[in-house]
Order: sequence, then C-alpha cells, then structure tokens
Amino acid sequence: MGAAIEINQLRKTYGHLVALDSISLTVAGGEFLTLLGPSGSGKTTLLMCLAGFTRPDQGSIKVGGAEISVLPPNRRNIGMVFQNYALFPHMTAGENVAYPLKLRGVSRSEREQRARAALDGVRLPGMEHRRIDQLSGGQRQRVAFARALVFDPAIILMDEPLSALDKKLRERMQVELRQLHARLSQTIVYVTHDQTEALTMSDRVAVMNGGAIEQIAAPQEIYERPATRFVADFIGDSFFIPLGRLSAGEREKLAPAAKGGERLLVVRPEKLDLAAPGQNLEDCIHFDGTIEDLMYQGDSLLVFVSLPGQERVHVKLAARSAAQRGIPAKGSPIRLALHHADAAIVDSGGSRP
Amino acid sequence: MTQRAEADWTAASFVRLARRERATRYLLLLPGLLLVALLLAPFLWLSVSSFFSEGELSLKNYQLMLDNPSYATILLTTFELSAVVTLVVTLLGYPTAYFIWLLPSRWAAIALGCVAIPFWTSLLVRTYAWLVVLQRRGLINTWLEAIGVIDHPLRLANSFLGTSIGMVHIMLPFFIFPLYASLRMIDTNLLRAASGLGAGAARSFFDVMLPLSLPGLLAGMLLTFVLCLGFYITPQLLGGGNVNTISMRIFQNVSTYPELGPASSLGVILLLAVVVVLLPMTWLASRRRGPRGG
Repeated sequence: MGAAIEINQLRKTYGHLVALDSISLTVAGGEFLTLLGPSGSGKTTLLMCLAGFTRPDQGSIKVGGAEISVLPPNRRNIGMVFQNYALFPHMTAGENVAYPLKLRGVSRSEREQRARAALDGVRLPGMEHRRIDQLSGGQRQRVAFARALVFDPAIILMDEPLSALDKKLRERMQVELRQLHARLSQTIVYVTHDQTEALTMSDRVAVMNGGAIEQIAAPQEIYERPATRFVADFIGDSFFIPLGRLSAGEREKLAPAAKGGERLLVVRPEKLDLAAPGQNLEDCIHFDGTIEDLMYQGDSLLVFVSLPGQERVHVKLAARSAAQRGIPAKGSPIRLALHHADAAIVDSGGSRP
Repeated sequence: MTQRAEADWTAASFVRLARRERATRYLLLLPGLLLVALLLAPFLWLSVSSFFSEGELSLKNYQLMLDNPSYATILLTTFELSAVVTLVVTLLGYPTAYFIWLLPSRWAAIALGCVAIPFWTSLLVRTYAWLVVLQRRGLINTWLEAIGVIDHPLRLANSFLGTSIGMVHIMLPFFIFPLYASLRMIDTNLLRAASGLGAGAARSFFDVMLPLSLPGLLAGMLLTFVLCLGFYITPQLLGGGNVNTISMRIFQNVSTYPELGPASSLGVILLLAVVVVLLPMTWLASRRRGPRGG
C-alpha cells in the first residue's frame, strides 16, 4: 500500500504571480488523485513541489507522516513519470529500469531480475536489451512506468504521461494504468489537462484554477455536482441558466435553500430531453424554444435550440434511429425537459465559494 | 491536343525538369572539388618530396630524424605541450560550458559572446598581450614583487609554463563551443529523472551528464589537441627558444636546407601523429551514440 500525502498551506509565488495559493490537501494511501486544470492553474507547480524540483515559499509536505519538503529530490523516494518519458538514451530499457536499484546498492543479479519483472508487469517481456530509440512511444511510456515503480517508492507522480500518445493508444494506456494501479495499490498523483483522462482513471479529481483547488471530489461528483461555475464550465459541456428565469415553483423544487447572490442552473446537453410543446414530463422543469439546427456527429445528434432571452443551447441525443425519429424540423417550436435529479446549481459570480 | 498527347508532353517535361535539377545539384559540388584539389595537390607533392633527397629517391630525410636526437625531444615536447594544454582546457572548459548551459538563454548568449570575443582578436595580438603579462618585468612579476610574495621575478614567459598558459587561453573557445553544442541537446528532464530516482549530484553527473556530453567532449578535446600539435606562433613567442615544437622545426628546416625534403618529412610525421590520435578517438566517439530521443 502506498503512503499517504499531507500537504499543508503550500504556497509558491513567482514575483507577483501566485502559482500556488496556500494549498492544503490530503491524499490517502493507495489513492489515485488527479490534478486537473488549464495551463497556469498550478497543477504542475504542485507536482514539482512534491517531487522536489520546485522549492515552495512556505508550507509543509508530509509523505507517510514524514516531512519531505526540506529534502532534495534524490532523498524523497518518489517515483516520477515525465511527460516526455525522460528515459536515458544511452542505456537500454533494462538498464533504465535497473538504474534506481543500482543507486540503492541492489546486487547486479537481483536488479536484473527485478527489472525484468517490472518490464513484464508493464507488458514488455523480453524487451530489456532494446535501445530506447528502438521503442515506440507507447513502449517508452511503459518503460518509464516500470522505472518509476521498480524501486517500490512511497508515492508515484505522473506529469501528463499520456499526452504525447495518439488518441487510441492513449485510451488503451488509461485502462492499463488503472489496472496497474488496482494491482499495486500505489499512491498516485497524476497531472493532466485532459478531463476525460481525469474522470476515467481517478479515485478523486482536484480541479485547480489560479493556484487554488476549486473542488476535490470523486469523478462522478465533479461532473454531476460541480461546486463552482469554473468546474462546471471546465469539465464537460455545459450552459448556465439564471435561476431567476425559472418560475417560482420550479425554483422551489430545485433549490429550496437558494438565497443570497445570483445563482445559476448548470445544464449538460446530454441531460436534456425533447418534449412536444405544452407537454409536461414528470419531475422535470421545462424550457420552450425553437429548433435552430441539427448536427449529426456519428455517435450522437446535436439539436440546437434558441431559448427566449438566452443564447442558443444544444441537446445531445444518442444517435439511435428511434431517438432521431420524430424530431421536428428546423424552425419548429420545441420543449426541453430537465429532470430535477440532473440539475446542479452554482453561484454565478466568483469561482471559489 | 488529345489527352494522350498531353500526357506524353507533360511526362517529357517532368524528365527535363528532373534532369535540370540534378545538373544544378552537381554545380554546387564544384567549389568543394576545387578546394579538395587545391589542398590535395600540394599535400601530395610535399609528401612525395619528403622521399627525395638531392634528386634521388631515398629515406635520407627520415634517417636525419633518427640520427639527430633533438628530433625525438621535439616530438616529445610537442605531444607533451598538446596533452597538457588539452587537459587544462578540458578542466577549465567543461565547468564553463556547463555553467553557460545552466544559464537562461539570454544570459547564455552573452556568456557565449564573452567566450567568442578572443576569437575576434588577432592571435598575434593575444600572444603579445600574454608576453606583457608574463615577462620578467611584466604585470604578474611586478605585482607579486610589490606585495612582497617573491624576491626574484618568476620565469613565466620564455618557458613551457608560459607557452601552456597562452595556448590554453587561445584554445578554450575551440573546446567550449563543440561541448556546449553537445550539452544543448541534453534534455534537462533527464537530470531531474536521475535525481528523482535517487542519484545525488555527482552520480547524476557521471551516470547521465558525462556519457551524454561525451561526443561534444571528445570533439572539443580532439580539436584542441590537433590544433596544438601544429601550433606555431604562441610557442615561438612565449617559448622564447626554450620550447621547440614540430612546427617550429619545420620552419627552421625550410630556411636551413636548400631542399624542402627535411621539412616535408616532418610534415608527414605530424600528419601521421594526428591520424594516430584521430582514429581511436573517432572510433570511441562513434561507439557512444549522441543524446537522441528520450
């Protein structure tokens, strides 16, 4: 089981730029936590502070209960996977994987055997004598994983390790990485700007913005119950409807405690249903509008609808023939229905609560 | 035109265009060929003339070197000087190149400019400048005497030491530039990776940095060594007659003997010496692959 991480009031500034704004965060032993955010949100700075390549201004980082923020990188016992793999080009795959063991004084025969086992573990059996430039991108990535795992580090850090791979391979590696994590139950902190990757692989996702954590929760909660407008906007497709536009009855049903500042209803395109004008679906709130355009996307169909007093929104329907049957033509009036349970509400203004 | 005729006509044009492109490419080769011819011809003529003495084919010129023990001393001095200078240049140049590599790119450009400035100054001027600094009544001796460190002036100029100092200064850019080019190709994440995996500063230098910079290091050392072997001006001026190198003897032989033979045989020896050094080094450099991919 991997070690737990405790980050307390971690702050890092570059001149006037606040890269990390007093971050506090705990990661349970064996947890897969993803730091997700746009570039400049501080996710990489946080990872580099954990690895020891960036020195924070203040704050503490504990791994397995021990303070590591004052230790140099080589004494932190952390496995790191870099975005560009950072494999040593003058060593073979096997030598790369065995290198951390060599540094720890493991005997030659034992480190060869452990390097082989680690390469087997990332499904690269018999590849230990390959030169790095003889390996494909996906294979290099696996060698990098093996090298980060082989010395049984306290925690593992990954800096956008799949971003250089093409889409198909990336999706396969996501599944493999998840399986690897399930098998080894290592603590993994993973940085990405790819929301699908974050939602697919993580136990929890920390959405970062402007050097702070907007929300930290399980993937489903992040998506279904975004805490802030930023999170709702950054993750997935969404549009916002001011609660003031709804009828008092609907508002009461959705957000009984809604008071104070202006609040917004978060609507995801795939959560909407089409209904005939005037038709009321059970437990739903409704919006009347006009169909503006239809867009076929292979696996789905987008229906663009203009609502009065609102820029146009779209509904995403699974592209089954049954679903497409009976969709009115462009220009027809239409009614959109959103189930209460699918409604999320955020504050309109500031990003963080 | 019919479609068929049109197709034939375009096909013929393509062939013509391809031929013209090929011809242009060969034209680019001409200056190179001219250079090779101008270099090769005198070289061959000199090599051949080293095997002639008084109009007859003989090994007399080479015999001369074996008979006169001063030639062995000269050869030894030349190699010793070159080796010492190369060693010192490496020890001074590697940290310098490494330091420049660590600088942000704007500062690195300025630092490289500083390395290059001596390059733009005449070799002769720089050597005389060292003479001013190192001679008996030069800057260093005057200062050291003034602050009472020494009673008698040190023998800095007109010596092996002075020659080495002057040559190190002149050779440094030749070493730093190829090494820096090699360092530039190293991904800094590799050093981070080594450190993250548990390597301290020294380990990551010897396990990662040094092997990856080896092509540039060897190229710089080779360039320095080979240039030193044939150096003339600096040993002549700063050696003050106490440091005799092959190139100086070649000059003496040209002016002493009526024939070019005794001088050109030394030239052949110098060339062979360069080849002897060059071959194992290039072999070593080619065995080690440069920093690629990663």
